[in-house]
Amino acid sequence: MATKKLTKGNAALCYGAIAAGCKAFFGYPITPQNEVPEYMSELMPANGGVFIQAESEVSAINMVYGAACAGKRAMTSSSSPGVSLKQEGISYIAACELPCVIVNVQRGGPGLGNTLPGQADYFQATKGGGHGDYKLLVLAPWSVQECYEFMPLAFDLADKYRNPAMILMDAIIGQMLEPLDMHDNFDIVEYPKPWATNGARGRAHNIINSLWIDPEVLEGLNQRIQAKYAAAQMHEVRFKEYQTEDAELVMVAYGCPARICRSVVDMARDEGMKVGLLRPITLFPFPTLQIADLAKDGKRFLVVEMNCGQMVEDVRLAVNGASEVEFYGRSGGAVPTPTEILNEVRARFGKPPVVSHYSSRKETAN
Amino acid sequence: MQKVFERPKGLTDAEFSYCAGCLHSTTHRLIAEVMDELDIIHQTVGVCPVGCAVFMYEYMSCDIIEASHGRAPSVATGVKRMLPDRVVWSYQGDGDLASIGTAEIVHAAGRGENISVIFINNTTYGMTGGQMAPTTLIGQKTTTCPTGRDPHVNGYPIRVCEMLATLDGPSYIERVAPTSPAGLVKTKKAIKHAFQNQIDGKGFSLVEVLSNCPTNWRMTPIESFKWIDEKMSEVFPVGVFVDR
Repeated sequence: MATKKLTKGNAALCYGAIAAGCKAFFGYPITPQNEVPEYMSELMPANGGVFIQAESEVSAINMVYGAACAGKRAMTSSSSPGVSLKQEGISYIAACELPCVIVNVQRGGPGLGNTLPGQADYFQATKGGGHGDYKLLVLAPWSVQECYEFMPLAFDLADKYRNPAMILMDAIIGQMLEPLDMHDNFDIVEYPKPWATNGARGRAHNIINSLWIDPEVLEGLNQRIQAKYAAAQMHEVRFKEYQTEDAELVMVAYGCPARICRSVVDMARDEGMKVGLLRPITLFPFPTLQIADLAKDGKRFLVVEMNCGQMVEDVRLAVNGASEVEFYGRSGGAVPTPTEILNEVRARFGKPPVVSHYSSRKETAN
Repeated sequence: MQKVFERPKGLTDAEFSYCAGCLHSTTHRLIAEVMDELDIIHQTVGVCPVGCAVFMYEYMSCDIIEASHGRAPSVATGVKRMLPDRVVWSYQGDGDLASIGTAEIVHAAGRGENISVIFINNTTYGMTGGQMAPTTLIGQKTTTCPTGRDPHVNGYPIRVCEMLATLDGPSYIERVAPTSPAGLVKTKKAIKHAFQNQIDGKGFSLVEVLSNCPTNWRMTPIESFKWIDEKMSEVFPVGVFVDR
């Protein structure tokens, strides 16, 4: 039954996890994702699951590892410095080909940084993060509704590919309130898990291990998991386009900056500039082919991120020199304003910058 | 003819990779015998460590998971919380449990996690070549304290049983030394008690086994047993610390 509810992104993740049949949450408090363990401490036991506040992020991800070994849907949530601590465990989980979901509600970095929104963990999320050749399946919601919808999707992808999946968002998406349509129209697939270590009654014992002394055996594993990533690249790319068809300049952004860029598309179009937006939803697998296709038409790109330039590298690889790729970013917790981005667009159409409409409004009021 | 002694079903056919005289082998066998006697092999999940016992997953015939260095208690927690009716044990050496994994063992014990932990203390990092461990004795020579452990430089040995016994979470903590037939019987009894405690839902149990490292201690197995009895058990006295 569908209910409409005014909900924070962090809470929507929790409702989505319940809808996905998640049976365990193991986590440790860190701002700006504290609502996730707080909601889960109530929602997990109320829905037949387990909640443990672990002694550290390191322990929490290893509890997830254990629960995934047992064949159950398990998750953890953290924010940038905490996700760094989980990287060892995530590498093991990827090597053991176990499904689980990790949420990163990013803050400003590096180091302790601040608790304001950031996207500086893009490399860590999409290029492996921990040691070894592995990848996560990475989803980037831009609304409270998507926080809800992407949890069942992340669990399904994790089970399907036997690989950890990550929800990568930022403090704004986690903290903002929006109406959430809490439907239950999810097609939850029960994946058989004959590999689970849940007691060997009626079968030979299962071993879950990531130690492979023989280089050829380990290379075989590495090739097998790379083949999975290639399959994901074929079948799981998700993205949204807005006014890209006739666009001369395509902005590429995900999460919170994508919402701002969508407004900028409308502002620019009002001024007669043909601008569009491509929003990657899966950051890995990345919409490489779709971007390459746009580049073939001679469209130029402006990548907008809340970091000093990370996803722009993937866009450049996709474009492969066929067209111009430029970058605009704010970092350290600073969020670009629509006017700021509009001025970047105007510059590329040879127009002078406009004064922020926020400050001009102020002047009018005075 | 009646068969009076055989390989426990809890062990696979794989050959152990341990050095001659190492008590890891003995302790593995005792765990296997206990699983046989309690008839729990097919409902048991083991969590093995990093270090000398890293290949343990090849030796035990129950379902088994390889954990990263120090994290076995957390992995075991995840399994046990998902499968409360299965028997879950973890196995760690001193570097694993008392150094890199100190937080994990303290908090699993503090939560009274219903698991059985086997802790092998041989006062050294065996697999990496005999470096200093948190349990290395004062004056004991290792490759990273070549003139002997100096407390002013290297600190003092950590007594895990005594430390965990201050917590309210554990239901059973015992230190044993399988260096004699009587010690062997006591060790098996302790492991069985730790498993039975879990089956009875009593919570966290830990058995510390005073173990040896003939290779890195540069001793014969017999000399190493003597050293455990004379030197090690002075710092790490055997006995029951908690049983409730």
